[in-house]
Amino acid sequence: MVREDDFQKRREHLKNMSEEELINYFWQLTEKIVDPLVELSKTHTSPSIERSVLLRMGFSSIESKKIVRYMVENNLLSHGAGKVVLIYSELKKKNYLEAGKDLSEGIGWEEVVNFYRRNQNA
Amino acid sequence: MLKPDEKIDINEILKDLKNYKPKRYGWTFRKKVEKQKIGNLIYFDTSYPLKNSIPLPASRQMDYIDPQPDITITVEIASGRFEDDIRRMRMAAWHGADHIMVIRTLGQSHFDGLIEGTPEGVGGIPITRKQIRATRKALDMIEEEVGREINFHSYVSGIAGPEIAVLFAEEGVNGAHQDPQYNILYRNINPVRSFVDAGVSKKIISSFNMMQIDGAHNANATAKYGYKVMPELLVQHAINSLFSIKIGMKKEYIALSTVPPDATPFPSLRLDLPYANLLRKVFKGFRFRAQMNTKYVESDTREATVNHTLNALISKLTSADIQSTITPDEGRNVPWHYNSINAINTAKQTLIAADGIKNFVKIGNDGEEKEKEREILERAILFLEEIIDVGGYFKALEEGFFVDSGYYPERVGDGIKRPQDGGDEANTVVKRADDYLAPVCHHFGYNNLPEGLNKPCDLIDGCTFCKREKIVYIDELDPEDNVEVRLKKNEPYDKQGMFKPEVQWKNDGIILISMFLPISKEKAPYAAIEIGKKSGLTNVEVVHQQVMHPAEGSYVEIKGEVDFFLKESEIKVPEKILPLSDEEIENEVKKRGGIKCIAATLGEDEHNVGLKEIIDIKHGGIEKWGFQVTYLGTSVPPEKVINAAIEVGANVILASTTVTHGDVHKINLKKLVDVAIEKGVRNKLIIIGGGTQLSLDLAKEIGIDATFGRGTKGIDVASFIIRKLREKD
Repeated sequence: MVREDDFQKRREHLKNMSEEELINYFWQLTEKIVDPLVELSKTHTSPSIERSVLLRMGFSSIESKKIVRYMVENNLLSHGAGKVVLIYSELKKKNYLEAGKDLSEGIGWEEVVNFYRRNQNA
Repeated sequence: MLKPDEKIDINEILKDLKNYKPKRYGWTFRKKVEKQKIGNLIYFDTSYPLKNSIPLPASRQMDYIDPQPDITITVEIASGRFEDDIRRMRMAAWHGADHIMVIRTLGQSHFDGLIEGTPEGVGGIPITRKQIRATRKALDMIEEEVGREINFHSYVSGIAGPEIAVLFAEEGVNGAHQDPQYNILYRNINPVRSFVDAGVSKKIISSFNMMQIDGAHNANATAKYGYKVMPELLVQHAINSLFSIKIGMKKEYIALSTVPPDATPFPSLRLDLPYANLLRKVFKGFRFRAQMNTKYVESDTREATVNHTLNALISKLTSADIQSTITPDEGRNVPWHYNSINAINTAKQTLIAADGIKNFVKIGNDGEEKEKEREILERAILFLEEIIDVGGYFKALEEGFFVDSGYYPERVGDGIKRPQDGGDEANTVVKRADDYLAPVCHHFGYNNLPEGLNKPCDLIDGCTFCKREKIVYIDELDPEDNVEVRLKKNEPYDKQGMFKPEVQWKNDGIILISMFLPISKEKAPYAAIEIGKKSGLTNVEVVHQQVMHPAEGSYVEIKGEVDFFLKESEIKVPEKILPLSDEEIENEVKKRGGIKCIAATLGEDEHNVGLKEIIDIKHGGIEKWGFQVTYLGTSVPPEKVINAAIEVGANVILASTTVTHGDVHKINLKKLVDVAIEKGVRNKLIIIGGGTQLSLDLAKEIGIDATFGRGTKGIDVASFIIRKLREKD
């Protein structure tokens, strides 16, 4: 977009505000812009977020990367890496760290996918 | 424990890193001391002194005081090899830096996951667990050596932001850049991904009380004219700041990265002060990280230093919690060791110079300045209104609202456009399902945790934040590209105490040479390269040229590499007798009721500059301590000198001889001694010869008491006289 500086025309409605009013108005506007972004962040996740969860669970960066890659491939990211690892750990009655190691090596994904398929059908 | 006279041992730092735990977490500010007495004066804005430090050069005349400003001073260090950076960090801490910012290697923003090991970086280091753990360990030692906490800082950005935030939290990193707008605008990472990741990153950063610094200063660096970007800077600061607060970050851990946008020859203070003042009003309660200007840094280090001095002055005239520094050589190369130190000293010097300045100067209270502030604020408000009008942040991005070179609402049409579904890692974000679960602490957003837990990580019997032993430490992945291999390369030289000059890496061999060349500006740089090559340097490059006059010549700086090593043990240092203190000399002169001296240049010799420097009070000459000097002038015959000494009852003769044709300097000094013996006063006199060609051997040969040559200061001569008089007593 190309536009001449029409500041004088645009500022008409601000002209009579005090400095304090201007500052308050500035923050109100910012809030309107930021709120949907905060909501988006609250309700969504990403591969990096899930890798960060796996790291905090005690997996190595290499394992985390692999697990998340399999999650994306199997369309499971939305459940969260923690959830997926714990489901598999329960299914196999294995310590979650061992369960996660299996998953990082490509083992067990069918079972997790089937678990979700069963739950959806139920 | 580090010892001031020993080098830091990198091998020692690398030992047992697997089990290293940082000493503390979170940000630490300097502790201000109200009305602190340092030397003879009271300071208003200083913090506790350091245990070990290197004061500014002029402190030599001020009892070596080293007042530390109450503002944190940042240095950015990253040469690509962390093992060399650690040595520079130690030097930086000694000069007054307590915030070490590590730049990341080129391209890490686009790296999908964490990097491990210690690979070499380009223009920065790859941020890995091993590198930051080793660096934090070194800083933990260095902060004990200097006696002040050192904050360690890097970037939580790119497409692995949340993972890096976890890494930083675990490893005791104290501050981080985090601003999704930076990802989007300057790294072309998908906008949606950037904001979604930012929520989790910020939550972790804030849970560990790290200081967050935003990325708005980049808008200045990329703008065409600094002053036109001010309304947008307010908008960018506001978006990141309020987003952070809504994630749960406290205001006092949110630092706005603000740069005085302009530089001379713009009237920069007049342009930037109202902006700086306004920013501090609108963002009251937030922290201010005052950055120095990079946009206008050219290859002239002097010009950069003046701009950076003015930048730090603005910090003092308004306010700052953190004063960041930009090295004066940033316009020519990756910062060199000593330029990092120069930048710190520019900040320290300016902040101390302007100590308490706000008690005398008030800004921003009336007239034109107030109008200017209001105008910038109104323009920023109009900017925000238009973002909302077009449908929100992502829509505004798509339309190229940001980094347009027009002064908003003026639009030039060259803004950066980022489509919502474009950029790196587009369409990688998914909505969290109802059963979404993250069984770890300090997570942000929807989390379907079962009821009745004390902590989310009860589900897994502790996360790494609660149980450090769960962290998986990976040492090295690449057998070729790692610190051990790099250290091995230098080991044979280290073992023999061999060294080369260096600017960033051990034994890089690089030196800088400056010269004036009295030839045309077109030819000067090529001539400079020739001179470098003929001096035996390799890889010679011109790093700076400034025309002094189109026809008269240019000032040129070249860098080049030396290809030889020296051995430290073979470097001969002539025995140096240290001068006495000012106080000791002054007292002794007083005690003796003054010390009389006769000074002259001998024979047919008109060169009196050196002699005057030794005598004159304004050059730091011996008059300063109360010596009474009778100056007979130039070309004085030896007989006349001795006669004058007898007449005034002088104890000391200062005879200068620069001309050496036909050994005339020796002949005249010998004559001086002979006349003194003849008149029976030799034993009463201390005879000192001065001149460029005089040596100690010569003094013995001729029979005078001492000779002084080039580089001699008044204090050297004064100390000699006092010691000699004591001997005679």
